[in-house]
Amino acid sequence: MKPTNTVIKVCMGTGGIAAGGSEVMDAFRTELDASGIEATVEKNCLMHKVGCRGLCAKDVLVDVIVKGQKTTYQYVKPEMISRIVKEHIIENNPVTDWVVGDDYHNFHKKQLKVVLSDCGAIDPEDIDAYIAGKGYEAARKVLTSSAPEDVIGIIKASGLRGRGGAGFPTGVKWEAAMKQASRQKYMICNADEGDPGAFMDRSVIEGNPHAVIEGMIIGAYSIGADKGYVYIRAEYPLAVERLRKALSDARTRGFLGKDILGTKFSFDIKVKLGAGAFVCGEETALIASIEGQRGMPRAKPPFPVYSGLWGKPTVINNVETLANVPYIIRNGAQWFSSFGTEKSKGTKVFALTGKIKNSGLIEVPMGIPLREIIYDIGGGIEGNRALKAVQTGGPSGGCIPAEMLDTPVDFESLAKVGSIVGSGGMVVLDEDNCMVNMAQYFLQFTQMESCGKCVPCRIGTKRLLEILERITKGKGKEGDIELLEKLSADIKDASLCGLGQTAPNPILSTIKYFRDEYEAHLKGKCPAAVCKELLTYYILEEFCNGCGACLRACPAKAITGEKKKLHKIDPALCIKCGACFDVCKFKAVKKV
Amino acid sequence: MVTLTIDGKNIAMPEGTTVLDAARMFNIEIPTLCHHPKLTPFGGCRLCIVEVKGVPRPLTSCTTPVSEGMEVTTSTPALEDLRKTMLELILSDHPNDCMVCEKAGDCTLQELAYFYGIRENRFGGERRIYEKKDGNPFIERDMGKCILCGRCVKVCDEIQGVGAIDFAYRGFKSKICPTFEKDLDCEFCGQCVAVCPTGALTGKMWQLRGRQKDIKGIDTTCPYCGTGCNLTLHVRQNEVVRVTSKEDTWNEGWLCAKGRFGYSFINSPDRLTKPLIRIVTRDKGQGTSKNNDSSLVTCRSSLFREASWDEALDYIAAKLKEIKERHGADSIAGLSSARCTTEENYLFQKFMRAAVGTNNVDHCARL
Repeated sequence: MKPTNTVIKVCMGTGGIAAGGSEVMDAFRTELDASGIEATVEKNCLMHKVGCRGLCAKDVLVDVIVKGQKTTYQYVKPEMISRIVKEHIIENNPVTDWVVGDDYHNFHKKQLKVVLSDCGAIDPEDIDAYIAGKGYEAARKVLTSSAPEDVIGIIKASGLRGRGGAGFPTGVKWEAAMKQASRQKYMICNADEGDPGAFMDRSVIEGNPHAVIEGMIIGAYSIGADKGYVYIRAEYPLAVERLRKALSDARTRGFLGKDILGTKFSFDIKVKLGAGAFVCGEETALIASIEGQRGMPRAKPPFPVYSGLWGKPTVINNVETLANVPYIIRNGAQWFSSFGTEKSKGTKVFALTGKIKNSGLIEVPMGIPLREIIYDIGGGIEGNRALKAVQTGGPSGGCIPAEMLDTPVDFESLAKVGSIVGSGGMVVLDEDNCMVNMAQYFLQFTQMESCGKCVPCRIGTKRLLEILERITKGKGKEGDIELLEKLSADIKDASLCGLGQTAPNPILSTIKYFRDEYEAHLKGKCPAAVCKELLTYYILEEFCNGCGACLRACPAKAITGEKKKLHKIDPALCIKCGACFDVCKFKAVKKV
Repeated sequence: MVTLTIDGKNIAMPEGTTVLDAARMFNIEIPTLCHHPKLTPFGGCRLCIVEVKGVPRPLTSCTTPVSEGMEVTTSTPALEDLRKTMLELILSDHPNDCMVCEKAGDCTLQELAYFYGIRENRFGGERRIYEKKDGNPFIERDMGKCILCGRCVKVCDEIQGVGAIDFAYRGFKSKICPTFEKDLDCEFCGQCVAVCPTGALTGKMWQLRGRQKDIKGIDTTCPYCGTGCNLTLHVRQNEVVRVTSKEDTWNEGWLCAKGRFGYSFINSPDRLTKPLIRIVTRDKGQGTSKNNDSSLVTCRSSLFREASWDEALDYIAAKLKEIKERHGADSIAGLSSARCTTEENYLFQKFMRAAVGTNNVDHCARL
């Protein structure tokens, strides 16, 4: 049987490639060749890569569309391809054993995809795929028939706010830059995504780079900039590669360069690679970095819209913000503002990670209750354990305790409970997570990434970290919690840039909701049994059958016991590595 | 002009002035550590924070330009509390060895710690400890005392145009160092030493030679070149132990390596303090040294004897006359020095032209 209208989409984001996406594509190619449909593959069977569709945990995900019928396979391995080709593509009989289950569909059910609507659907390396889906139509419409004021009017009316963390209204920012009389202005896309565990911007650029470019063109036209930069982490090689290809394709097609689309508007974009400094995500540090200086923030005002790159008016927007723009222009401000809450419009992409079943990338309408994200989209907590808290906003954010799970996820509501939307990291914590330990983790990160310029951030976060370290080591002193609170408040007030101003948030919010855990640490107990120094391991008599597994696993020779007799741990020798706990099949080793 | 109030005072300032400059112009004191009036604002020490009505968080006055109708408060209990925290944090990462520190008595950090009464510190913990390894003869870099105010980096870049040092690393490990953390290898102008507010950068030559209170300051002009920078000689027991320059001088307090570090000739045993007359030419002998007979000096291959100024001048006059009579005035030439003042050089050419009668007069700086 000759296959017709068959499309195979292989997930080839960074997650997909890591899971073996390239091998899967190769296997498809070989298999299609071997099946004797070689000659018709190009014409009738189209196979292409797609960006991340979110549920990386089930990679490699492959869509096989036969006669308009889409079937998605999960955990695809090269050795599965011959059966898929034979049974599904040739015989049109999907291999039900490997098709995604309900959790895959539930994961997508409550999501609302705007920014990610083309991610995972189109080939990110093919400009025609983007154009076929109305790509660059918005830019064409704006450049040929709208005045900059009108474009800004649409963006303002849509209620779009910066997705990089601060939530500043995008239209207002553009308007301020537009009103500057300078002959030279700059449009910068901030793709220096640095929050631990966050990969929203990477996925957008890997999955649909042209949307970002189109957003930049529209922004540059609105403010009157003829030069643009994408400041992107060098640690994102695939995103950089796809972005560079997209830029070159856009140039070839006349969407970038001189006199774009026959208009008098010229604009081009350069890629600037970051050198691994988290603080360069802060806009003034980012500007310094592009200028060739050390990435150190400077005081604002003046804001970059008045004096930015090389002292010229500069608009810096986040990747996700810019990727929203073409969709807003295409569908109208009203369409966009119909999603979300009164003050937070549209959707937000989150990187859902931690102790959750379906970890991955999600896009939800603003205002969705946290509960729906965790239980409907995320599928609940791993191992059905009890949820303790959700950490949002990464190292600048805070924790939302399980009791507040009905909090709507939008800028205002999260701020009210002491957290932030931030760039979109969302880490789910269960009863096995120690909140003090978690605060310590984030402080380690912010301290390491402080640029060193201002005293409260450079030394203050170090002192915070030291206090947390002594608390988690059981060496905390009375008054330490209060000292943490006081120093945190001072650092927030006195720091130069957003990094320092928000660095104490993980501490303040965990003290606010989990003060009892801090107090327990001061009394020498870690309630979640995480902090090594506060743990004691012992063997339960009723479960130990003397198999000797723990004895063999112990690197410190702290365990003694004869075969088939009760084993014992010598607390003086125990280094609390947990090897015995992990190795015991009878749950005889306990830690408290 | 922009009108604003600082601590209730009505003030009019040109646009672009910073709040800090405006306040200082009206004798309103705001503490600073990283700010230097001749360098671009940094905003790192966070001591100069002020409250501005309508702005939710404190702003650094050194970086905030004045704006119309602004209402600034420079001191409130909350601001002073924050400043104290900042100082305690700085001091928690400082050797606090003022008793043996070169800079004691002249140290901004010490001064502020005194005014804020910081005897106890709520914060303790790790301190940055660096080995002293810089082998240069001029600048002592004790980076454990560095507060990362960035003044040295800025002066090197903005004033000297050298860029020998910059910030390196991140977080608590941030430090200021030359490229690849090598030893300092610059022109050693010592401007960084001049602007350092703590004991992190000091002159090696004035170590253990007396602190600020021990010295008498004597203002003079640098003798090295015609620029004529104003110097302040730090004199202790009739000996110059250090050279600085004041900010309100025409050279704005900036000096070069010679002016700042080149003063050891003053008390050098090799220095000639009396006129010498050559008495006999010898074949051997290098350098200058005094003979057993304390009035005889050998220099290069000649033997000299000490003479009085009168005798020396008479001797020169007689010899010049003799040469002029025998060979004519144009057989004589005069070479003057860039280290002389303008007036001295003027007199010298006048002497050559009027007294000797020749135009053969030149100057060592004409290369």
